[in-house]
Amino acid sequence: MIKKILLALAICVSVVSQANAAGGGAAWDKAPQRTNDMAALQNGAKMFANYCLNCHSAGYMRFNRLQDIGLTDKQIKENLNFISDKTGDLMKITMDPVEAKKWFGATPPDLSVIARSRAGSNGSGADYLYSFLRGYYRDPTKLTGWNNIVFPNVAMPNPLWELQGEREAMHKTVESHGHEAHVFAGWKEVKSGTMDQREFNNTIGDLVAYLQWMGEPAQNTRIRIGVFVLFFLGIFTLVAWRLNAAFWKDIK
Amino acid sequence: MAEFKEIAADAPPAQKLLNWVDNRFPLTKLYNEHLAEYYAPKNFNFWYFFGSLALLVLVIQIVTGIFLVMHYKPDAALAFASVEYIMRDVPWGWLIRYMHSTGASAFFVVVYMHMFRGLLYGSYRKPRELVWIFGCAIFLCLMAEAFMGYLLPWGQMSYWGAQVIVNLFAAVPFVGPDLALLIRGDFVVGDATLNRFFSFHVIAVPLVLLGLVVAHIIALHEVGSNNPDGVEIKKHKDATGKPLDGIPFHPYYTVHDILGVSVFLMVFSAIVFFAPELGGYFLEYNNFIPADPLKTPAHIAPVWYFTPFYSMLRAITSEMMLVLMACVALAALLAVTKSKLAGSAKAAVLVGAVVAIAAMLSTDAKFWGVIVMGAAVVILFFLPWLDHSEAKSIRYRPTGHKVMYAVFVVNFFILGYLGIQAPSPVFERISQVGTLFYFGFFLLMPWWSRMGQFKTVPDRVVFQAH
Repeated sequence: MIKKILLALAICVSVVSQANAAGGGAAWDKAPQRTNDMAALQNGAKMFANYCLNCHSAGYMRFNRLQDIGLTDKQIKENLNFISDKTGDLMKITMDPVEAKKWFGATPPDLSVIARSRAGSNGSGADYLYSFLRGYYRDPTKLTGWNNIVFPNVAMPNPLWELQGEREAMHKTVESHGHEAHVFAGWKEVKSGTMDQREFNNTIGDLVAYLQWMGEPAQNTRIRIGVFVLFFLGIFTLVAWRLNAAFWKDIK
Repeated sequence: MAEFKEIAADAPPAQKLLNWVDNRFPLTKLYNEHLAEYYAPKNFNFWYFFGSLALLVLVIQIVTGIFLVMHYKPDAALAFASVEYIMRDVPWGWLIRYMHSTGASAFFVVVYMHMFRGLLYGSYRKPRELVWIFGCAIFLCLMAEAFMGYLLPWGQMSYWGAQVIVNLFAAVPFVGPDLALLIRGDFVVGDATLNRFFSFHVIAVPLVLLGLVVAHIIALHEVGSNNPDGVEIKKHKDATGKPLDGIPFHPYYTVHDILGVSVFLMVFSAIVFFAPELGGYFLEYNNFIPADPLKTPAHIAPVWYFTPFYSMLRAITSEMMLVLMACVALAALLAVTKSKLAGSAKAAVLVGAVVAIAAMLSTDAKFWGVIVMGAAVVILFFLPWLDHSEAKSIRYRPTGHKVMYAVFVVNFFILGYLGIQAPSPVFERISQVGTLFYFGFFLLMPWWSRMGQFKTVPDRVVFQAH
């Protein structure tokens, strides 16, 4: 019987992993795991407040929740909350969504749970954001002058161009199945930014970690408590097992 | 009414109180009938944990649900934000919400296992038909409960899942569009839909569900539990009338179930605390985007527990309808030429088949898809009368039957897998074959369940002391 159950479980697992493998496109770059790294999260919060929280809101998130990543009320008030004078306020923005739609062609989405919603068959939501924010290049055919390799024809111009610099995508023409195709063939730097590539990747890693944490601010607490819960249940199961055995020894 | 019982004046106060209650309410009687003197077969195995676990999950869902309703707002403009409010600002809200969302999937895992146990050991056979029928009704309620609950977070998948399923009702001939309008309360899924689904999810369906659970347990305790050998323990009783192979439910199965509960809670907590989304299967990624009636997601799939049935719905194309019509014609032909029915009955079968085929020709395949999906659940109700095997338990059935059951399980998993995937021509063919097998398994059961060499069923249960 146990063998049969294990077999059934094995089938389930293989089906589940296949379900995840289905879908198109190349895998996204793996985002670094920093959701428990306070310094990275604080840097990410700084980046978020300075570069994102002007057009994008995080309307389900309160400023004072940033205390969870080690910031004080004073720091939040002076350095991160540019829109209100109360740290208990939600991270709303003043930009009118109707105007935004006129300017960009799309309303900038709320970012509270962006890292949770963008997961897919190519990787986690953090992987997507990490690839997307590093995927911009100059494209003169677009209205904003920018395009993105992960999100083609994206409405948002590169918000971090000063840091990253500007680059162009090089394409080469290859023969494939009897017809010619344009294939991506690497980047060409046009103008360097204030950060080199390593610094930039590291900064984006911090920003993505922050977005990931903001998607579920309770996640570190959740995992910490989970360890204790499972530890308790492990002991409880041992007791229940011996108790059961003690009662059942009479049954012949 | 029972005799009014007097108790000695010097009895302990607790006993006096119990006597006072017993003279007014059958407390001791109920306790004995359902726990202390309810004799269950001593040879229960792994599969027998899932009944009590289903009850546990029901309690988890009700208790967490009560706390969620304290903070949730059933309003199209506020619902999504109120869920995030629960996740962020309500103390321990995230735990309550994850328990509820994981509990929904856990409920189906546990109930599917519980139903499969019934299938394995013939627990639906005489005299347990009503236990099984109440159980099937519970499963139906559970599906309604899950479907309507899924709309409440008001994410993209909530919204478009409801839109797709409610639109199916529009395929019903004549009254379809009005029926869909009645369900939605609007021309598209909207605030009115959210409010009525909320009402059904938190009160109407749970009331029915609880009533059915009580009926399920009362019916079970009336006829007594089946067991892995499928033999009746009441056939052999001792001098006092207790079944020889039965043991009191309390304490033996209560301590046994505590062990089951603690192992279940380990798995449940591991998901709640370490993987509440479970890779997008328990909480779908798309559902973290607020519902947008103007933006249809590229791929709409129901949550995993509905996917086998959703696959069968999608399998019904106009091509598949030709196959179904051929099946109806063949069945009618066999009934007329091979069976020993009276002439008038044969004529009725023939007329029925012609009407059925005419109806199938004149209505959209989409409507029959809905019928097939519904029939896939309804057919379970008839299982007690479809199974004609000599032995109840799979243990004493011929190898051919074991193969049938194995293929049935694999087929169910394949249908479930296909229901998650985006449609493709190859998958469509596979799901059509799977659908035919699913229905063939049940509809041809009166014939195949008689076939093969059965093993001798023992007189008493097989039990090895632990």
